Amino acid sequence: MIGNGILKGLAETARNFFGSYVSKDRLTTVQYPEQHIPQIEATRDFPFLVYDGADWESGMRCVACQICEKECPPKCILITKSTDKKPDAVGKPQFYPAVFDIDISVCMSCQICVEVCPFDAIKMDVQFDLPTDDRFGGLLLDRHKLAKSNEYYHQIHPTEATAVDTALAAERAKAAAAKAAAATPKPAAPAAPAPAAPKPASSTATPAPAPVAPMPVKPAEPPIKPLASESSKPGETK
Amino acid sequence: MIAAALTTQDVDQIFVLIKHALLACVPAALQPIASAVLSIIPILVAFPLLFAITTVLERKGLGRMQNRYGPNRVGPAGFFQPIADGIKSLTKEDVVPLSADHAVHFLAPILLVIAAFLGYAVLPIGRNMVLVNLNAGVLFFFAVGSVVELSVFMAGWSSRSKYSLLGAMRAIAQMISYEVPLVLASVVVIMQAGSLSLVTIVESQSGYTGIFPHWYLFTPWGIAGFILFMIAATAESNRSPFDLPEGESEIIAGYFIEYSGFKFALFFLAEYLGMFATSSLAITLFLGGWAAPLSFLTFIPSYVWFFLKLLVLICFFIWIRGTLPRLRMDQLMGFAWKFILPMALLNIFVAGLWRFLPAGPLNSIRWLVCIGVLAAPCIVLSFSLKQKKKLLVRTYHFAE
Amino acid sequence: MSTLTLPTPFLSPEPGHEERLLEISMGPQHPSTHGVFRMNVVLDGERVVRLKPVFGYLHRNHEKIAENETYLSSMPYTDRLDYICSLTNNWGYALAVEKLAGITVPERAEYLRVITGELTRLLNHACLLGFLLQDMGASGTPLMYAFREREKILDLFEALTGARMMCNYMRFGGCRVDTPAGWLDQARKVVAEFPRFLDEFEKLLVSNEILMERTQGVGVLSRELAISSAISGPMARASGLNYDIRKVDAYGIYPRFTFRVPLGKHGDVYDRYMIRFLEMRESLKILNDALRDIPAGPIIDPKSKPRGFRPKPGEAYGRIEAPKGELGFYLISDGSPNPYRYRVRPPSLINLTVLEDLCLGHNVADVVVILGSVDIVLGEVDR
Repeated sequence: MIGNGILKGLAETARNFFGSYVSKDRLTTVQYPEQHIPQIEATRDFPFLVYDGADWESGMRCVACQICEKECPPKCILITKSTDKKPDAVGKPQFYPAVFDIDISVCMSCQICVEVCPFDAIKMDVQFDLPTDDRFGGLLLDRHKLAKSNEYYHQIHPTEATAVDTALAAERAKAAAAKAAAATPKPAAPAAPAPAAPKPASSTATPAPAPVAPMPVKPAEPPIKPLASESSKPGETK
Repeated sequence: MIAAALTTQDVDQIFVLIKHALLACVPAALQPIASAVLSIIPILVAFPLLFAITTVLERKGLGRMQNRYGPNRVGPAGFFQPIADGIKSLTKEDVVPLSADHAVHFLAPILLVIAAFLGYAVLPIGRNMVLVNLNAGVLFFFAVGSVVELSVFMAGWSSRSKYSLLGAMRAIAQMISYEVPLVLASVVVIMQAGSLSLVTIVESQSGYTGIFPHWYLFTPWGIAGFILFMIAATAESNRSPFDLPEGESEIIAGYFIEYSGFKFALFFLAEYLGMFATSSLAITLFLGGWAAPLSFLTFIPSYVWFFLKLLVLICFFIWIRGTLPRLRMDQLMGFAWKFILPMALLNIFVAGLWRFLPAGPLNSIRWLVCIGVLAAPCIVLSFSLKQKKKLLVRTYHFAE
Repeated sequence: MSTLTLPTPFLSPEPGHEERLLEISMGPQHPSTHGVFRMNVVLDGERVVRLKPVFGYLHRNHEKIAENETYLSSMPYTDRLDYICSLTNNWGYALAVEKLAGITVPERAEYLRVITGELTRLLNHACLLGFLLQDMGASGTPLMYAFREREKILDLFEALTGARMMCNYMRFGGCRVDTPAGWLDQARKVVAEFPRFLDEFEKLLVSNEILMERTQGVGVLSRELAISSAISGPMARASGLNYDIRKVDAYGIYPRFTFRVPLGKHGDVYDRYMIRFLEMRESLKILNDALRDIPAGPIIDPKSKPRGFRPKPGEAYGRIEAPKGELGFYLISDGSPNPYRYRVRPPSLINLTVLEDLCLGHNVADVVVILGSVDIVLGEVDR
């Protein structure tokens, strides 16, 4: 009978119309800016620099190795190394970035800079509403604007931050143990490329293109169940 | 005290009483002109206000059908949105193409609005509330309605743009083809009422048997006539699913593509006013005009019933718009000439049958015969149209 | 070998109408051309006599940029090729590089790839059905229903990869990051709710007379023309060509899943539309199986690392069944960190080459519908 399909369609639309007053499923609008969608933990928007402690300048983890600058696909990171050194979290004197600019009008939020950073210094922020009316410098974030504390990092990405903190603490403990062992006349074990600690960066700290360690791949890998930590990085499962 | 003295009759006739009171203040020589002006002003106020409310209702209704809110920021629940839209269209730059025919380009929307408003002159909005009681009211309405087609073509032609030309050609073809079934669907009512005057038509539907009204809708030829009239009215006002002339996704606004600012708003105003006018005519012809649907509801004033019925029809238009995709040009024309027109002619024959058949218990003989005569060709026609194009729901097979 | 009659490039207009031909440009700014795409259409009345597509408005030098970037840096750029289905683009590129360098992928990563790939297929087809109906004038209602479902899948992607559309998730040798807590259950929930949307859609549209009238018999693509023009994907399968790269190449772990390939007979717009609809149901089957069987394990090849990737000199062509067709990546390496030549085989562009043959003789209103059924995304056509 002509019109049959049309009537079915009309019934469907009417069901949605009346349903939108009754069930949340049929009215999915979130009225921004009064309401916000709850933040999904893994969201990434633009990078920021992590600093430990209270002072952003002395606590910054970045050592200006310029790896992120090289690997950034649209080349939006601009780093100038400092000429002096300051001690890092382990105590070794390291360079620090005198200038660290990210042009967020160019940045495409690909997160490659986070992946390649050996020092867990740069992470992804979750703020997307960063409007400005200064079109000449407003979207060029300098290192002061980029520096955010480790507590803030814990707030926005709890699982990731906890994993990073555990890894860094383990590395510091290992470095302290190595220093203690070096005090005795024994050949010091190399501190950095320890496969047992699931530290993401040390395996990639060596810039040589050859595969990192002539270490045997550990057969008993930590079983990564669906509740795996978020900070799994390539090359980590050693 | 005044409230106690007001009867339902007075509330029903309140606008008439106000008009008479105001007329009494005017010197006798100016009274005819004053009477005309006083009758026109409510129409000029009420229907554009209804237009404003309809735009918001449409957007909110479509939104709810699409699982979202409509406009809900401007004013309480978004009902001041038309004010914002009006300000926007008034303050936009009026861009006219350099090679356009300026005089015709300027006149087209004005003529369209005038034609749309003229149709309201013969519609009875309440008891004793008609602007002019012409004894050829229906004829006047249709005559004025065809001026709309002329102005649509003026708009499309004068813009000197290929898209608008395409849109204008389509619009003319569509409107002319659907004008015929529109008129034929109203002929049945004229036959039954025996008069072309809309006031007479409404009054002949205003009786009650028991609590049920005498509307022409409650007859088989009335139902068929109403459905055919509404389909033709949708096509006449270029509403979905017949909105190919302003096909938004193909020729992007068709004949008014080169209009901006206030003239664009005038086109929208005229389109909606035309929709209201044809719906009001449908209400007058088939739904009893200002008559209440049940006899114990007559205490509600007549104009309230008129506008309630108009709102129901508007909601129906919005519902159809939210559901159906657009018909293509040749399918649209085929539908008009091959289905709607034969059914309208058949309807006239059935109306005659109704008048001359014996009534039988509860009119059952008349009902059965008329429904049979209407339904059989309808089913046959629809099957034959489908078969010719072999439109079927297909089944698919899978590899391996 | 059958003789193949190619249609003439344009229909002759009716005699006497030559001066009355109207040439319009359905220009780059148009609500229904799925991006910045232009068609110069010559009309005789309402009939299309000639159609010339003009594109290139979105050309962004993707292939040239890739020659100056490392292999990994090209991965976020592949997201932006077919920007609706970023994960399948990633997968195609990763497949090509893995072929080039001889990298193997662990099992859990393969399952994750299949899950995200099929979710992307659901996304793309839902999007397409919604847009096709929007173009036909259904004023956005089916589009809103489709996007309601899309939002749920996009939330899944955001939880897994960090971004809704530009996912940048696959790496050479696996995936970038493992699923967070509760993701698999959320995914199972979304997949369980999806058939309800498909049933609603079916009720709303499949037997709708207006839809049938506008799509049946319109834009018929014959099987011979499909084969000779290298059409792939749902468009080819709607013309009766049984070619699904998931079955032909059997890449990844697709041989483990049982799914059927729907085929059409007529090759018109209705068939293409229904084939995509049926493919969505098949994808749901694959998703159910994959979400049930996904094992624990590493998600990336242990030997791979993000920096300093230098494949040996050679060439490789990796292709997948993207939702739009056969998406292929051709790489030539000369031993340096940057590829020597990087070429994308865009399915949208190849499928678009037959547009003129499909549209000749139809009305202007049909051109938009046919273009919608070809399913193009300008990011892929122009790269």
